[in-house]
Amino acid sequence: MKLSGSQIIIECLKKEGVEFIFGYPGGAVLHIYDALFGDKKIKHILTRHEQGATHAADGYARACGKPGVVLVTSGPGITNCVTGLATAHMDSVPMIIISGQVSREYVGSDAFQEADATGITRPVTKHNFLVDSRESIAEVFKKAFIIATTGRPGPVLIDIPKDLTDPKVKINFEYPKKVKLRSYKAPISESKSKIDEAAKLLASAKKPMIYAGGGVILGNAHKELAALVKNIGYPITNTLMGLGCYPATDNQFLGMLGMHGTYEANMAMHDCDVLLAVGARFDDRVTGDTSKFCPSAKIIHIDVDPSSISKIIEVDLSLVGETSKILRDLNKAVKPYLKNINKSALKRWWTQIDKWRTKKCLSYKTSKTIIKPQSVIETLYEITKGDAYVTSDVGQHQMWAAQYYKFDKPNRWINSGGLGTMGFGLPAAMGAQLAYPKSEVICVTGEASILMCIQELATCLQYRLPIKVITLNNRYMGMVRQWQEFFYEGRYAMSYMEAIPDFVQLASSFGHIGIKIEKPSELKSKLQEAMNLKDRLVFVDIITDQEENVYPMIKSGQAHNEMHLSPTGKDTELA
Amino acid sequence: MDEKRHIISILVENEFGSLSRIAGLFSARGYNIHCLNVAPTNDESISRMTLVTFCNDQKIKQLAKQLDKLIDVVNVKDLTEETHIEREMLLLKLKCNKNQRDEIKRLTDIFRARIIDVTDTGYTVELTGATEKILAFIESMGKIKIIEMVRSGTLGISRGIDSLENIK
Ligand SMILES: Cc1ncc(C[n+]2csc(CCOP(=O)(O)OP(=O)(O)O)c2C)c(N)n1
Ligand SMILES: [Mg+2]
Repeated sequence: MKLSGSQIIIECLKKEGVEFIFGYPGGAVLHIYDALFGDKKIKHILTRHEQGATHAADGYARACGKPGVVLVTSGPGITNCVTGLATAHMDSVPMIIISGQVSREYVGSDAFQEADATGITRPVTKHNFLVDSRESIAEVFKKAFIIATTGRPGPVLIDIPKDLTDPKVKINFEYPKKVKLRSYKAPISESKSKIDEAAKLLASAKKPMIYAGGGVILGNAHKELAALVKNIGYPITNTLMGLGCYPATDNQFLGMLGMHGTYEANMAMHDCDVLLAVGARFDDRVTGDTSKFCPSAKIIHIDVDPSSISKIIEVDLSLVGETSKILRDLNKAVKPYLKNINKSALKRWWTQIDKWRTKKCLSYKTSKTIIKPQSVIETLYEITKGDAYVTSDVGQHQMWAAQYYKFDKPNRWINSGGLGTMGFGLPAAMGAQLAYPKSEVICVTGEASILMCIQELATCLQYRLPIKVITLNNRYMGMVRQWQEFFYEGRYAMSYMEAIPDFVQLASSFGHIGIKIEKPSELKSKLQEAMNLKDRLVFVDIITDQEENVYPMIKSGQAHNEMHLSPTGKDTELA
Repeated sequence: MDEKRHIISILVENEFGSLSRIAGLFSARGYNIHCLNVAPTNDESISRMTLVTFCNDQKIKQLAKQLDKLIDVVNVKDLTEETHIEREMLLLKLKCNKNQRDEIKRLTDIFRARIIDVTDTGYTVELTGATEKILAFIESMGKIKIIEMVRSGTLGISRGIDSLENIK
């Protein structure tokens, strides 16, 4: 088959089973856009900003597990993608970004819309390629997809000079079945004896704890995890990225851990004697003060990335490889040791945990006059029966969504955990909605965050994406204000915006429906009304308690047992 | 933990951007590069880098893993973990008057260095050896004026017949 470079690109994407391209055209990719014109198999989603395209591809990938594909032009097209790439890179999301480059003869001459795409994106991609010949396009695509989707996944950029996509020059095309990647290491598999050692250590625990993160979802290992946890009867907590990898409504689940984690999860972390970490990376928002992290625990760490092991916390035993396989093997290996488990010690441990649970650390003061943000999430959970895809932006609303929406299934909670990118929520919801057109997709956001990618409302209209945008409007950059209240004696520097738009009018000017909710008494009925508008995007602007704070909170540099549970002086409970 | 000198040997795909990926990793993660040498190997698709850095044991392990994670990197080895040989080359351009010529000649003999260029007003000297020897030679120049100094950076190879390619 003789094809042009542009046609080869499209064919490669088809061979990889790509259904959507999220993109934005420009000079350097016009040949590719022309080749895409009228294509029946691949649907191109025209976003309104390249950042939106990267977050949408990212949201798509997080929701359905397939790599998200982005197509942008050179120069400003690719520089606009940097935030989206960094977001995906931090959270290990598989993505392919195709960027146009100026023709080879102009590279390096400061040509119009030239930017050093591979240089700029090098620290925010798993790998990147600058294609230097038509003949290598297919091979580079094959490599890029392998690299993006295997091991610890991540975004891969392919930068293609315009002349290589010229429709007039055609060459033979064949998609390689295999490519040589000698320097790319497949995950190693652990020896039986090491797995056995881990099983023995696990069964020897008197106060065990399991801490699971986003790696379980990325590695599609939630079933294996649940099987082990059920088999062994130990308590489990999830990181912000791991929510949904173990059912939140199960009794063995202690809630999220870390800075805004539950009392019981953090206390159990602090007191445990054996910790099993799965697909988690000991992020500083999770560990708090590392010198006081799990002070009396032996730690076992399962991860696909060898460089995650003992990066932050020195562990006693590491199992590197595909999370699902290791969990399966570990579950098998632990069976003969189950009889060794000290049943009475484990019972005492659960009694202690249940005592911690009676603190009801997520309870909050209700109000008849002002809507409490937590109650919005609780009501959403009720209405959607916990089955929606929920994306979020960054701030207090993100933490409340994580704390109060109980995720029972993986891939339902989509947020920028590692980079903390405001503006992520709405475009990510577009990706999730495209992946699952029949499912309910909700974007929980704040009045500040939503403005960072607000232009995507136009994309939502074009493709009729019936997302529900739930804005917890506290007229503050709430999370910033909270820190200023705690650490800067209430000097609210720049955390308040004077001119907040009328979101109802804004939504309607984009062709959507806007609903404003101000009274607690109408919260449920109006939210239900919004959710009932199945085929429309509804922007729900909810005026919430302005000075509500997120609790529990572990302040930076403190230990898991030094949580703050409530604000007022006499209530301040230090665990 | 104490910082120690480590010689890291890296085999890397001889491709566009490989060097900047490695250099970028060092700067992004706050590791120092004391010296660095890169050249192709007998397999022309592969370059070998030798890099000297000072860090503690925990950091060096993490550094090696991070390097290994780079897609272009074929293999990484901390040579200081085993018996190895180190060499460095020094080119020194010296300004000297009549009286100093003999002195330089004498020192090059002692250090088994070679004079590789001669002009009316100076010498250029070449010396190969372990870093301590190089440093001692520079030190011995005393009052002699150094016009220019070029060092290759450390090169290293393990003793015995193992090669970095087949350690895996
Ligand atoms: C792109 C970006 N810029 C700045 C920040 C820092 N930041 C974190 S939370 C926050 C405030 C968010 O305000 P809002 O969206 O209203 O959410 P709230 O905390 O009020 O729920 C800011 C500015 C960020 N996370 N991302
Ligand atoms: Mg706000």
